[in-house]
Amino acid sequence: MSYIKIEAITKSYHDRRSAPRKNSDKSNEIRVLDNINLEFKEGEMVCILGPSGCGKSTLLRMIAGFDSPTSGQVTIHDKAVTGPSDNNIFVFQHSGLLPWMTVWDNVILGVRHLPEEEKNERAQEYIDIVDLSGFEHHYPHQLSGGMLRRAELARAVAVQPEMLIMDEPFSGLDFLTHMKIREELVNMHEFLGQSMLIVTHDIDDALIMGDRIIVLSSRPSQVKLERTLSFDRPRDLSKIPELSELRDELYFMLGVSYAV
Amino acid sequence: MVILLWELVTRYSGWSSQVFPSPSAVFSSMLELITNGELLKHTVASLFRVTAGFYLAVVLGIPLGIILGRVKIAKLLFNPLVQFLRPISPLAWIPLAMLWFGIGDVPAIFLIFLSSFFPLVVSTSVAVESIKPTYFQVASNFNFSRMEVLTKIIIPAITPNVIIALRLTITIAWLVVVAAEMIAVQSGLGYMILDSRNALRMDYVMVGMIVIGIIGLLLDMVMQALGNIESTAWGRLAK
Repeated sequence: MSYIKIEAITKSYHDRRSAPRKNSDKSNEIRVLDNINLEFKEGEMVCILGPSGCGKSTLLRMIAGFDSPTSGQVTIHDKAVTGPSDNNIFVFQHSGLLPWMTVWDNVILGVRHLPEEEKNERAQEYIDIVDLSGFEHHYPHQLSGGMLRRAELARAVAVQPEMLIMDEPFSGLDFLTHMKIREELVNMHEFLGQSMLIVTHDIDDALIMGDRIIVLSSRPSQVKLERTLSFDRPRDLSKIPELSELRDELYFMLGVSYAV
Repeated sequence: MVILLWELVTRYSGWSSQVFPSPSAVFSSMLELITNGELLKHTVASLFRVTAGFYLAVVLGIPLGIILGRVKIAKLLFNPLVQFLRPISPLAWIPLAMLWFGIGDVPAIFLIFLSSFFPLVVSTSVAVESIKPTYFQVASNFNFSRMEVLTKIIIPAITPNVIIALRLTITIAWLVVVAAEMIAVQSGLGYMILDSRNALRMDYVMVGMIVIGIIGLLLDMVMQALGNIESTAWGRLAK
């Protein structure tokens, strides 16, 4: 069932700022991830929470193949991940659109090998899905933050990947845009059924979207909590007691006493 | 205004028109040089040399800059050499250039090439190094080939910076052509100025200076227009 397996992953970085000390070669190593074991099912929407700097992004980058673990391994369909692939499209925290290409040319990137007609159809279809019709020939710098995010989503899903990997897809968006894009992601997941792996720091996002929530501890991070949420979407947190309880628990776990 | 002041100064300063010709004298000399074809001949000669030298520098310097910016080993091997040769004024090469290439267009073109080549190599490699790593990750995520990385990422990403570099270097090339022509050749605006000085025709010298200024201005405007292409607009706004 589970097609992505994360087995005993550890990741350490060299800390370049601290001077190396004599007689110990490990003193200036920072351990970011410490023995992480996780499995993801096909079509699952998994939200990863954790304090900032805990290595959430690092974990995502290793699943995407941009980075490799110090020890342990990530396997997808029983094959070790050795590099990026267009089966798993990464959506970057700070826009990954190429600024010298129009929205249209950006969306085409992932489907550029298809025959002309199919390619155009596919690009148009996904541009329409994210509601950017009419902006095909705009350059990224002519779009608002929310539109940028949507354009990048369109580019990612146009490939029809098995999985979308998203690093804080809502960062830097205003409140309303945040809500809208979140809704769109949920719809997209329902509609297209691909797996989604989302790193977020917003507890409500995780509760509203996730089929599963994973909480990482602070550095060196380990899996602190894993919880399956089998509630129908859309979810109203205030009307599902289990979720509001979990929310309090999560706030506490992440070091905030939620009393406001 | 400036021309009026110039006219007044020449009229009342008491300097002979041999030393400081008036604008009206310069203007009539200019007409004279235009009608007898001398000015056009020299301008074309200078422009030809700048174009040839600059073109060579672009064709060789930008690819080398991309290689130095992308390939670590190439940078380790060649960067010290580039950095060593770069601060040597192209004019210091004049003796060698004349010895190697004799007298004529070739040494002049060589000097112009030198003057633009090193700045272009350095600014291109810096531009390549400063490309956001995200773009290379996008490229690998979408399975770009090496060729696609070059044509869809590297070249468009460095274009805004390279255009700025081209704008600066063409000005340097234009400065150098005049100096080169004073030594190595028998034509061009630099030669015309030198020749007129020997003939004590300061009005011709000034005509030469004015034409050099106007062409420099035009070259800069052409380069600036390049920077206004729509697909490079992000470079001005994003930073």
